[in-house]
Amino acid sequence: MEEFDVRGQRLVALCLLGLVLFSYPVLAVFNVHATVAGIPVLYAYFFVAWGALIGLIALVIERPD
Amino acid sequence: MLETWVVIVVSFAYLGLLFAIAYYADQRADAGRSVIASPYIYSLSLAVYATAWTFYGSVGRAADNGVGFLPIYIGPTLMIALWWVVMRKILRISKQNRITSLADFIASRYGKSALLGGVVTVIAVIGILPYISLQLKAVSASFTTVLQYPEIVIPAKVGAVPLLGDTALWVALILAAFTILFGTRHLDTSEHHEGMVAAIAFESVVKLVAFVAVGAWVSWGLYNGFGDIFARAAAEPELEPMLAPFGGVGGDYSSWIWLTILSMLAIMFLPRQFQVTVIENKDERHLRKAIWLFPLYMLAINIFVLPIAFGGLLHFPPGTADADVFVLTLPMSQKQELLALVVFIGGLSAATGMVIVETIALSTMVCNDLVMPVLLRMRALRLNQRSDLTGLLLAIRRGAIVLILLLGYLYFKIAGEAYALVSIGLISFAAVAQFAPVALGGIFWKGGTRRGALAGLSAGFAVWFYTLLLPAFARSEWLPIGFLEHGPFGIEVLKPLALFGVSGLDQITHAMIWSMVANIGSFVAVSLMHAPSAEEHRQASLFVDVFKRPGQGGEARFWRGSASAPDLFNLLARFVGLGPAGEAFAEYARSRGVERPEARREADADLVHFVEKQLAGVIGAASAHIMLASVVKEEALTLDEVRAMLDEASQIVVYSHRLEQKSQELERATQGLREANERLTELDRMKDEFVSTVSHELRTPLTSIRSFTEILHDNPQLPAAERERFLGIVIRETERLTRLVGQVLDVSRLESGRVEWHESLLDMREVIEDTAASTSQLFRERNVRLECNLPARVPKVRADLDRIVQVVVNLLSNAVKFIEPGRGRVEIALAEEAGFLRVDVRDNGPGVIPEHQEMIFDKFRQGGDPLTGKPQGSGLGLYISRRIVEHSGGRLWVSSPPGEGACFSFTLPLVSEAALGRAA
Repeated sequence: MEEFDVRGQRLVALCLLGLVLFSYPVLAVFNVHATVAGIPVLYAYFFVAWGALIGLIALVIERPD
Repeated sequence: MLETWVVIVVSFAYLGLLFAIAYYADQRADAGRSVIASPYIYSLSLAVYATAWTFYGSVGRAADNGVGFLPIYIGPTLMIALWWVVMRKILRISKQNRITSLADFIASRYGKSALLGGVVTVIAVIGILPYISLQLKAVSASFTTVLQYPEIVIPAKVGAVPLLGDTALWVALILAAFTILFGTRHLDTSEHHEGMVAAIAFESVVKLVAFVAVGAWVSWGLYNGFGDIFARAAAEPELEPMLAPFGGVGGDYSSWIWLTILSMLAIMFLPRQFQVTVIENKDERHLRKAIWLFPLYMLAINIFVLPIAFGGLLHFPPGTADADVFVLTLPMSQKQELLALVVFIGGLSAATGMVIVETIALSTMVCNDLVMPVLLRMRALRLNQRSDLTGLLLAIRRGAIVLILLLGYLYFKIAGEAYALVSIGLISFAAVAQFAPVALGGIFWKGGTRRGALAGLSAGFAVWFYTLLLPAFARSEWLPIGFLEHGPFGIEVLKPLALFGVSGLDQITHAMIWSMVANIGSFVAVSLMHAPSAEEHRQASLFVDVFKRPGQGGEARFWRGSASAPDLFNLLARFVGLGPAGEAFAEYARSRGVERPEARREADADLVHFVEKQLAGVIGAASAHIMLASVVKEEALTLDEVRAMLDEASQIVVYSHRLEQKSQELERATQGLREANERLTELDRMKDEFVSTVSHELRTPLTSIRSFTEILHDNPQLPAAERERFLGIVIRETERLTRLVGQVLDVSRLESGRVEWHESLLDMREVIEDTAASTSQLFRERNVRLECNLPARVPKVRADLDRIVQVVVNLLSNAVKFIEPGRGRVEIALAEEAGFLRVDVRDNGPGVIPEHQEMIFDKFRQGGDPLTGKPQGSGLGLYISRRIVEHSGGRLWVSSPPGEGACFSFTLPLVSEAALGRAA
């Protein structure tokens, strides 16, 4: 099946990674009253993890065949 | 700078600018130099996902529970990672089948079912209404807020306004007009709206810039950076819990996960997302950039949500400002008029973008999948014969746009006040999520059937309606609130917010779990219960195996039947106009390297398929299928045949089966021809007989006229008395000839149906009395007594007066003719019987022998013995009389018991009371 080529498989894996990153129990690890550079840990985690995931997706999809 | 007129002028100027951009893009598209054929424009157009919900509502949601706004954007990011697998497939399928909308996509997959397309459309329209009302609410709230400057108010508390002062209504109407200008100026064979896409991409830039501007100002202008804001929030006992919200104000993890899943589905199945992602896609390769650029956009527009939310909560004392409009009220409170105006325009961008694309997508669905299939099936409208339907299609779409926006306004009025922006939007998300099982199932699982899809969608929608929409009405006091607290009729187990006793979930999670159980369960179970039809099987294989099939003409081999190329051309021209149809056919000829197909008489399967796809591009697959059936004689495919063809194994079996069918058809046709030929021969023989009889009948009087005139000519000295007698004979014979010719003409007119009937209401009593009077001379000559036996009053009949008089005269003169002079007696009687009026003409003559009783009504047949008596008439009178009576709805017959003379009777139907009333 062409839709599940290597790139497709890597992207499906990234989607699953994202599901893990943004659900229990990983979120519970960061749901604490502390700050990183003045920003609450949970909020910092959300945006950093989200940005990293987008970066990984870009990397996989823009990599030449 | 925030005076009313400035705000209004700037708003309209902005809308005008959007329109200019759209117009420019349309011009460029017509010139073949598209401005939107770029992955960057494509990615920006996907950002129509960010609506007033994002622009105003996210801050409101964040101010309420901290992280609750995020799953709406993280979910789509995760889904988009799957797009390389899923969306690429949907794009390929949609381009090959010229899909025009989400409803079209689902209907096409399940055997081009018009019913399914209609169901999807209804669900989409009802489901999206809350979402549209959200946009109207946001725009009108932002407008109300700005107008109160420099005061800061809560929009919902401004108080009741009269209908004409109702901003939301005006917003709805202006947006409807604007959308009509954008999306339905002309009809495109591929449903591409390049101008709209260009404008949407521009709006995405505007709303991002506006939101980032206000976010940056709040963070570094009003406060000293993120750290400052969060530090102050941590110092407030009321805000501190929101910094680690899970398990507290932010709800539990399960509702977070359900919101993520809901948003994953929404990004694919919101009608406007399907429109920009699939329908407006110019090139499959654009997907590649969009897969990471669009999530990046969502990340960017969300960075400042929390700083603004906390900034607003810190800045305003609790209860003095609505968090949904913090982005506006924060700059307003610091007299930042320009920034506030920019924010207002940004919010307007977000809302108009959503409304325009959503209503265009929905109006296409309403037109193609709801209204047209119904209109096309209504034979009485004769749409099949209308030469140009483009005007009708545009009118339906424009009507649908206005209707959808007004319904959105109505929802806002009924249920909009009780909910925050995001909660309204989530109701719509849950509605479109119902499309996911049948759409995703449809492209990966061949077993899904039409019935399964109908069952799944209906069940899911019903649960959604019960657990989300009805409670929204109940909360707004349009339904008794007891319905929520104690269930319908007090049945606790059916409480809409705790179905079957499942409680402790938030409303969206509860609705999603139950609706998905119902939806997926029914879809799978019903699909497995019934085997798919041939058409469903074919479509399933086209969708699921789209990557295994050659791109062009892959479907054509599944089709057999016949059609004429000019018919196909005319059909296409009716829907797209002559010019575009010509271009499409020229393109067809070019791409396949064949002659222009209009020149051909017979269309092949490939051409039929091509035209169906072109039509599907305008009116959707289901309607196109119906239309094509009107010109194509398609032979029904059985499931076995399709399987055989798919396997390409037992072709010969198929062919011999078809050959057998063909020869049977041929046999039937031959039989029909033979019968037709026999009928023609018989008619020809009857015509010959008629002509020879007529000539014979004409010759008799002509011969006697000729012989007597010759005598007169050759013998000038003939005595005057003799001459008188001969001339008398000539006159009588001429009269007879005239009568004969007149009757022959009558016969021919009657037989060919060229007689003009002047029907009126007749009183038969008067008719008979008049006729008797006018024929009295005849009776006196032959010394025959005529008795009229008429009742005092009879009901009227409807007939042609002259013709009925002709019948009565004929019967009376016949009676006189055959009767013995001197002691003869003719009686004419009139009577009413069982809905008819009956006329009897009775004589005491020799009667008609039984063998002749039917024959005398034939042409040129006379009673009496032809050997003894000389013929006394043409033999046409009774024939003509019977035709007249039968035409008037009655019967003419003779009864003649031996030795009692003959009685000729005819009947005429009485006029019903109702008809009489009309005539009077």
